[in-house]
Amino acid sequence: MTTAAVMSLPITSDLEIAGVRQAVREAAVAAGFSLVEQTKVVTAASELARNTLVHGGGGRLEITMLERPQGKGIRLRFRDEGPGIADVETALSDGYTTGHGLGLGLGGARRLVQEFAIDTGPGRGTTVTVTAWPRGARRV
Amino acid sequence: MTVAESSGAAAVAEFLRARREQLAQQWADLALFRAVYTSGRDIAVNAAHGLVDALTEVARDGRMDDVTVPALDQVRALLAQVIAARSQAGAGPLQVAGEVAELKRPVIAMVGRELADVNRGAALIAATDLMGTVRLVGMEISLSDEGAIVARQRQQLSEIATPVLKLWDRVVAVPLIGTLDSARTQVVMETLLEAIVDERATVAILDITGVPLVDTVVAQHLMKTALAVRLMGARCVVSGIRPQIAQTIVQLGIDLGDITTRATLADALEWALAQVGTSVGRA
Repeated sequence: MTTAAVMSLPITSDLEIAGVRQAVREAAVAAGFSLVEQTKVVTAASELARNTLVHGGGGRLEITMLERPQGKGIRLRFRDEGPGIADVETALSDGYTTGHGLGLGLGGARRLVQEFAIDTGPGRGTTVTVTAWPRGARRV
Repeated sequence: MTVAESSGAAAVAEFLRARREQLAQQWADLALFRAVYTSGRDIAVNAAHGLVDALTEVARDGRMDDVTVPALDQVRALLAQVIAARSQAGAGPLQVAGEVAELKRPVIAMVGRELADVNRGAALIAATDLMGTVRLVGMEISLSDEGAIVARQRQQLSEIATPVLKLWDRVVAVPLIGTLDSARTQVVMETLLEAIVDERATVAILDITGVPLVDTVVAQHLMKTALAVRLMGARCVVSGIRPQIAQTIVQLGIDLGDITTRATLADALEWALAQVGTSVGRA
């Protein structure tokens, strides 16, 4: 698998979350995602970016374009230096919320992409890495 | 602060005090003042006096390149007036920054000409620092001004972009277009609830055909709006749910509960007409 063109965006305001959605949609279009696939990955990015802002106190998103023989994909890495998550399993479960949301953001985002990894711990900040492939490129 | 720096600052303070009138006369002819105080040159000179005096205070304080000194507050207030007038007249932030930068030239020219003694080098550096700070303050003002304009336009846009349409007797609809954030939702909810009262509506249609993405926050906004509509005694139907949005909502795990939904606005209208007891045959 080869990687190319890494793009880094700040996430420190609602306006920048809109910028994240825009950039992820453009990356998904460039990777040849269908409309449904674009919508899924952009929605996942919107949820994760909002987590970075609301729970992590702001951070950054790195977008990496991936390429393998079956096709192109995109990897999104959301990183913040916030308080971190003590109990990842609970945070991922549906309906669990620390704020006023629906509690579906993290778990929902995981269902919208093909690969999902979270690296976090109390005081360590949180890094969520997700990878999305269009249908034709999913089989390894 | 080194000895040379403080002697430079002191020399500039003394220079500004002594050359107050000449400098104000020169500044009054520059675009920044001329374009704002169009009613008379005297008024422009007067405003320039104010700025010279404020800068004299900064030079007396001695910290020429520190944008946080309290002595700069007066400079900031004076520049804010002038810059606000310039941007209202349509000058962009770059043009205004250029006009603020022009203030420097007469100061440096006069300091270079008049302070021939040993202090000249230090005084020139101090004067350059001071005018650089003025430029920075000007930049800061025009950028925050720009921010205020963007915020205002956003506000206007959110109001313009949410018309409530009366589709039928007792049926109102809001076609939502673009991202549904908290501020938009608030406006939509207010205008919709008012329309329900004004039109004595019993059905409200929220059409999201123009909403590119429904994430958990947007869904929550829709549910709150639907709940508010129900509290007003009307029924709410969400229409314009496109296939990709439907699939995403399902995978996110959002349960829209008992909100009635329809694929298209036409379907929603048909449902609404049935609710108000009217039926229209399809061609």
